[in-house]
This record gives sequence, structure tokens and C-alpha cells, in this order.
Amino acid sequence: MKQFISFVRKEFYHVLRDRRTLLILFGMPIAQILLFGFALTNEVKDSEILVVDYAKDNASQQILTHIGASRYFKISKAALTQKEIMSTFQAGKIKAVVVIPVNFNEDLLHSNKAQIQLIADATDINTANMIINYLSAIILEYQNQINENLEIPYQIIPETRFLYNPQLKGAPGFVPGVMALVLMLVSVMMTAISIVREKETGTMEILLVSPFKPVLVIFAKAFPYLILSLINVTAILLLSVFVLDLPVKGSVPLLFAESTLFIITCLALGIFISIKTDSQQFAMLISLMGMLLPTMMFSGFLFPIENMPLPLQIISNMVPSKWYYIIVKSIMIKGLGFSSLWKETLILLGMTLFLLAISLKNFKIRLQ
Amino acid sequence: MAQGEKVIVCDKLTKRFGDFIATNEITFEVNKGEIFGFLGANGAGKTTAMRMLCGLSTPSSGKASIAGFDVYTQTEQIKRNIGYMSQKFSLYENLTVKENIEFFGGIYGLTDQQIETKTEELLNRLGLKSEAKKLVGSLPLGWKQKLSFSVAILHEPKIVFLDEPTGGVDPVTRRQFWDLIYEAAERGITIFVTTHYMDEAEYCNRISIMVDGRIEVLDSPTNLKRSFGVSSMDEVFYQLARSAKRGD
Amino acid sequence: MEAVVVQNMTKTYGKEKTLAVDNISFSVAKGELFGLIGPDGAGKTSIFRILTTLLLADSGTASVDGFDVVKDFKSIRNTVGYMPVKFSLYQDLTIEENLSFFATVFGTTIEANYDLIKDIYVQIEPFKKRRAGKLSGGMKQKLALCCALIHKPTTLFLDEPTTGVDPVSRKEFWEMLRRLKEQNITIIVSTPYMDEASLCDRIALMQGGKILSIDTPDDIVKAYREKLYAIKANEMYPLLKVLENYPGTLNSYAFGEYAHATFKDQMKNMEEFERFLAEKQLTGVEIKSIEATIEDSFIKLLH
Repeated sequence: MKQFISFVRKEFYHVLRDRRTLLILFGMPIAQILLFGFALTNEVKDSEILVVDYAKDNASQQILTHIGASRYFKISKAALTQKEIMSTFQAGKIKAVVVIPVNFNEDLLHSNKAQIQLIADATDINTANMIINYLSAIILEYQNQINENLEIPYQIIPETRFLYNPQLKGAPGFVPGVMALVLMLVSVMMTAISIVREKETGTMEILLVSPFKPVLVIFAKAFPYLILSLINVTAILLLSVFVLDLPVKGSVPLLFAESTLFIITCLALGIFISIKTDSQQFAMLISLMGMLLPTMMFSGFLFPIENMPLPLQIISNMVPSKWYYIIVKSIMIKGLGFSSLWKETLILLGMTLFLLAISLKNFKIRLQ
Repeated sequence: MAQGEKVIVCDKLTKRFGDFIATNEITFEVNKGEIFGFLGANGAGKTTAMRMLCGLSTPSSGKASIAGFDVYTQTEQIKRNIGYMSQKFSLYENLTVKENIEFFGGIYGLTDQQIETKTEELLNRLGLKSEAKKLVGSLPLGWKQKLSFSVAILHEPKIVFLDEPTGGVDPVTRRQFWDLIYEAAERGITIFVTTHYMDEAEYCNRISIMVDGRIEVLDSPTNLKRSFGVSSMDEVFYQLARSAKRGD
Repeated sequence: MEAVVVQNMTKTYGKEKTLAVDNISFSVAKGELFGLIGPDGAGKTSIFRILTTLLLADSGTASVDGFDVVKDFKSIRNTVGYMPVKFSLYQDLTIEENLSFFATVFGTTIEANYDLIKDIYVQIEPFKKRRAGKLSGGMKQKLALCCALIHKPTTLFLDEPTTGVDPVSRKEFWEMLRRLKEQNITIIVSTPYMDEASLCDRIALMQGGKILSIDTPDDIVKAYREKLYAIKANEMYPLLKVLENYPGTLNSYAFGEYAHATFKDQMKNMEEFERFLAEKQLTGVEIKSIEATIEDSFIKLLH
């Protein structure tokens, strides 16, 4: 035990004395949260859109009032041909055009079905998506409103749904994402690098030729990063609550317990990488390419998984951060409890045990 | 040895890192075709001095010219007129002997014709003909070092800088290496070499010994031993370096 | 009693089965200072790693302090001290922190075995708050030795502790080893420097995974039967050429300020040789018969 403590203390010396490590450990999470929170917000504010109202009837007027009332859009009206619409886009002034066809109200009343055309400038695909989604949401809202007392509902196409983010706020999605990203980086990369560094400097040889159990060397090296990662989780949550104004809806202890599980998953991965590599650069490359990239791509944090082709969806199931992302999102934003998350937790636990098992199996008490 | 022509001229060359003076006002000259031994304990400032002479590091003060070019303003010309090898910088391990020679020949701007004759010459001289298609990584260290030296002088530079070229090499190969050095010097290439082997210091025409950033002595091995009243270079070195205040 | 016994040890690497250690046998007595002398690639590091249980040999057996390197690897790890080649400690920890960390890892304290390292430690103690990365080469080496000694090992393995170190620091290091020997610790040390060989009790001259010769330095030198001459001239390179071209020369090579040479028929006809040299217009010629050194023996074994 005394050896273990001495090991952990040494590891903290390493971390605290290296400015670069400190910066990655604590500077990065803060920078990420603030960057995503303020600079890279996905919200669309005061986007200029153009309305071409061919119907000019009761229903079209009401929809346009709704859109105009939203703080997301600044609208101007015009009567244009299809050709003129294209050239307006090319000038780059407007982000989207809403086209309401003639006889809009009548279609709605008689066939219970009407169409609205939404055209967006897709050079910026994210903004375009966002605008279309917002517009659709507003139309949907209007539709629900007029359908309230009807037996046969009116239907306005297109239809889009928003889940769990009814205020159309940009922040909630990325805090769990940043958490997954940061923990992945700290736990996988830092652990792998710090173990491989001992191989490079020759100190690993000494530690192996000592009474200290070789497996304990590895665990003693990983342990400090568990603590550092938990400090990171705390920091991110504090930032999210006090700076971004985004409270944790569910249980905080549960969130920490799940985070600890995910950190151990990552540590196991880091240990596995360190066993398989001999140079710090290589360990870093593998961690970045093999772990960080999938986290960005497949956790559902930047790109919605439902929209991916099936093979990629299957791959995404093998990325631990996807499950952690779901768990954190559920606890923080939906306020769900463990009873709704046992499945994801179990998957994560399974992955952890699997990674630990192959790490132990591959671990050698000798060189090579 | 052609007397008179100076290929290295240093005047009070100094390099400071903050308030640490790595190389302190070193002044010396090296003649064309001379084998010049540059000795000193670890941390005496040899590497820093050598980097400045190769045009890799700008001096803090003082003057120096290498093959007639100024170390402040003409580093590109310097690099074209020198060769460099060290124990660490060797050749590309995953290229063959021939590919390495061709690559470095190309780097130094030799024509294909020149590269071909040079390759032939070099392989014959080193007895590496049958190994030409082998990866450099598979050769023993001694052969690598001999090859590395030959490649460093492929473009017939005016000066070649050798940084501990024979560390860890067996005694026979070490002497073969020195044969190559002598041959190059005969052809008029100036040799500037550092070593921890004191017997190799004896093979140099003149040597300097650095202590704490300064050149403490500079003379031929025979004269140094005479003025210190000792029988081997080892003792000269020991007497000087023992007084050193700093390490690396 | 034998501290280390190696029998028919062979080690190869990789798919191509590159031979690193070629059927080697030797033993080291308790309390002996034993040297493995040879250039890079001689197989020294492989032998060290097999003996410290870090590698498995392909074939053959070895034991340290009576423990088998494969079966009893745990016991060996408890008792030996090891300083790997290129060993660099923890650069960001101070002298004191490095030492106390290794003490704890080995289940002991600095105080418990202080008497063993005292001689060496007092030299670096004034700087104990300084980080290892900021120490000079000589001081790093002393700290590394302290770390390897802190648990009072029975056998100490030092893999090229003096490589790349200047002659002054090398001399000091060997003085430390001589003093350690008095504490009855078996020391096995490897080095590419031939001049260090004479400081060992016994040495094995190695090349290409084989032991060329194994004996005390004195006996290795005595086994050099040819009469060896040291020849000096003001012009070294021409002298070497002349020696090479002299028909009676068996072997000739540079050796510091002299050239060493052996001759056919033990050089009965000295006048003829002197005449030959005089014809070649060498100046300051001096010829003397000398005792061989370890390096001469090594060169002869390589031929």
C-alpha cells in the first residue's frame, strides 16, 4: 500500500510540474466549454429570410405572423418568380425563402392538406438545417393550434419534430459531448503517454526488476488520472451550471457514478494502448486517431447518428463515448434516473470489463 | 598539409542562453587539410560551438568564418560547403546502402553521372559491393558509421564535422574509420572531430580542450604532453577537466 | 560460491532470427567485479536483460544468486540492482524524490541502507532539491547508482554506465565501483571502452554475440604471445602506410601516438626493418618492444 501511495504521489509530481500536461488537463476543458458555449453556438439569431406569399389568404397571413414573431428571423416580403429567387440567393443576402403557394387556405380547408416550400442556402449546412428545423417547428406549432378542436386534422407539409429542446436552445447538446471528449482525451491519451514515457526513459525496466508487482505498476499509473478526470467532470459541471446557466436536471451523484465508470473504460483503453506501443508519439497518434475522432464522429454529439448509413450506425455502437453521451444527456437534460439508463450502463460496464481483460491478457511481466 | 589557407577562423565566438554562457569567447583557426580534435568534458560547450560553426545556431557575439563564409549571414553557403555526421545522425535505416548514397548525392546537388561514379567508388572502397542492396538498418554499427562518413564527404566538402563518430564501435573498425579520415585529409578535406577516446586525440594534428565554455589549451598532442609534463593525452585531459566547475 | 551462472544461452530477435547471443556460457563468483567488454551489437544488453528476468532466452539456462531466471524471476527481482543502458531517471523529480521513490518501490527507506550509498550520496546531497533533469552527466550517473543500490542488492547489473561520459567522470565512476566491491556486492558491468577492462577482476571480450575470450585482464594480456612493437614517427599516416607495405608485417594499426605492429619470425632482422623505414623518409622514428594491452588482445582476437 505504501508503495502504491508513493507511486501516486510521484505521478502527481509529474503532472503538476509539466506545464503542457497541466494545460491539456485543465485548460482544455475550460476552453472547450467556453468555445462551444459562446463562440460556436448553433443558435440562429436574426437570420434574414424572404417570404414569397402567393396565397395572401387567412392561413398564410397567420403563419407569417408566427414566423415574424420569432426572434430568430428577420423577414422581408416580396413577390418573385422562381428565377428571381435563385438570384437573390446568389447575392448571399438571405439565408432562406419561405414560399406559400396559391390557394393555401383552400387546400387546407378542403383536402385537409397543404404544402409550404422552404428553401435554404445550404452552403452552410448546419445553419441551413437549423433554419429549416426552426421554420418547420413554427409551422407545426401553428398547425397544432388550428387542429385543436377538429376531428379530421389539417396537415401542413413539411413536418419536423424537436425533442427535449423545445426552447430551441443550443447549449444542452454540447456539454455532454464536451464531457465525453475531455474525459476521453485525459484518460486515454494521458494515461497511455505517461506509461509509454516510462518505457522510453528506461525507468519501466527498473520498475519491472523490482519487488513491486508489474500489474500494480500499471494500475498505480492509471489511478491519478481517475482523480484528475473526476476533477475535470466537476469543473465542467460547475462551468455549465454557473456560466452557461444550464442546470443538471437529474441526480448529480448518479452523474458522477456514471462518469467514474466511463473514466475507467477510458483508462482501460489507455492502458491497452500503452501496452501495445513503444513511443510517446505513436501512443498519442493512436489515442487521437483511434479514440478522439470516433468520439467526435460517432457519439452523436456533432452529427446525428440516426442520419448515418446503417454500417456507420453499427460502428457507432462500439464507441464507448456514444453510450456515455446518451447517459449524460439523459441525466443532465431529461432528468432521467438509473431505471431508464441501466441498459446503457450495462453496455459501458461490459466494454470496461472487456478492455481490462484484454489489457491484462496482453500485459507482459517482461520486455517485448 | 597545405599551410596557410585557413578554412575555419573563429574570433571570440560566444553563445549565451539567458545568463548562461555556453561558449565563451573561443578563438582559434584551422588549416586546410588539418585533422583538428575538439575535446572537452560533457557540458563544456563543444556541441554549442559546433552548431554555430555549422551555421545551425546564431552566435551571441564574436566573429567566425567557415570556408570563407560568415556564420551570421552566409549560413546557406556554409551548409553547402561542409559535411556533418554524428553518432546519432546516421543514414536512413529503411533505405538500402545504394538508395542512401543516391539520396544524399541528390541532396547535395550532384549529377546522376557523378552519383553513379561516386557510388561505385565508395562501395569498392568500403568493400560493401555485395551489401549495396541491403537495408542500412541491417548493417553492423561500425559499417554504418563508415558509410555515414563516406556519405558526409560525398560532395567533397571543404570541412567535415564529426561528432563522436566512433562511440561504441569495435577497436578494429574504429581504426578503419580513422583510415578513412586520413584519406579524406590527404585529399584536402579539413576534419573537425570530437571524441571521448583519448587515443584518438593522438591521431589529430592539433587539438583543443574546452573547459567551462573556454578553450583552455590548443596545440599538437606532442606539445601538450610536453608542456604538462605527462606521458599520455589522458592525463592532460584529466588535469584540465578536473578543474571544471560545471557539468552538462 | 557462484553469483551468476550462464549455460549455453542463445537469444534471437524477430522473424529473421537475428542472432544476438550465440550459445554463451560463463559464471561470475560472488563479490567479483565482472566486465562484459565489447562494441555495440556484441550482445551485452541482451545478456543483461535475460539475467535481470526482463527477457527470455531462446535456449540455455541461467541463474542469479542460485535463482533460475525463468522460474524464480520474482526472487531475482527482489534481490538484484539494475541500471539499464541509457537510463535517465525521472527528470522532473528532484534527487531526493527520485531516491525515496525507488526506495519505496523496493520496500525500503533511504535511512535503512544509507551506509551503502553514503559515499556516493554525500557528493550529490548538497543538490538534493535539484531536479534530475538539471544535473550534470556525472551527477546523474551517481544518482542512478544510488537508486540501483538503495535496496542493498546482492548483485548489481550496470549496462554501459559510462558510455558517452567524459574520461574524468568515467574515472570517478570506476573508483566508486571499486569501493562498492569491498561491500561484497557482485558487480557485472558492460562497456565498449577497452581501457576500462583492466579495472575489472575478470572480463569477457565479446563480439557478435560470442565471447572471444574470458579471463582476468592480466591473463588475457599474457595470452598475447607475439612480440609487440610500438613504432613512432613524426608523420603518423605515412608511417601506417609504410608498416602496411613492409613484407614482414603480420598486423599493424594505430595506437595513440604510436603504431603497434607484430612481425613474422618475431622480428629477427631488426636492421632490415630500420633500413626499410629510413628509405621511406620518415623522421623521428622510434621503435620499442612493449607489453600488449587489452585492446591489442581484442584486435588480435578479431583478426
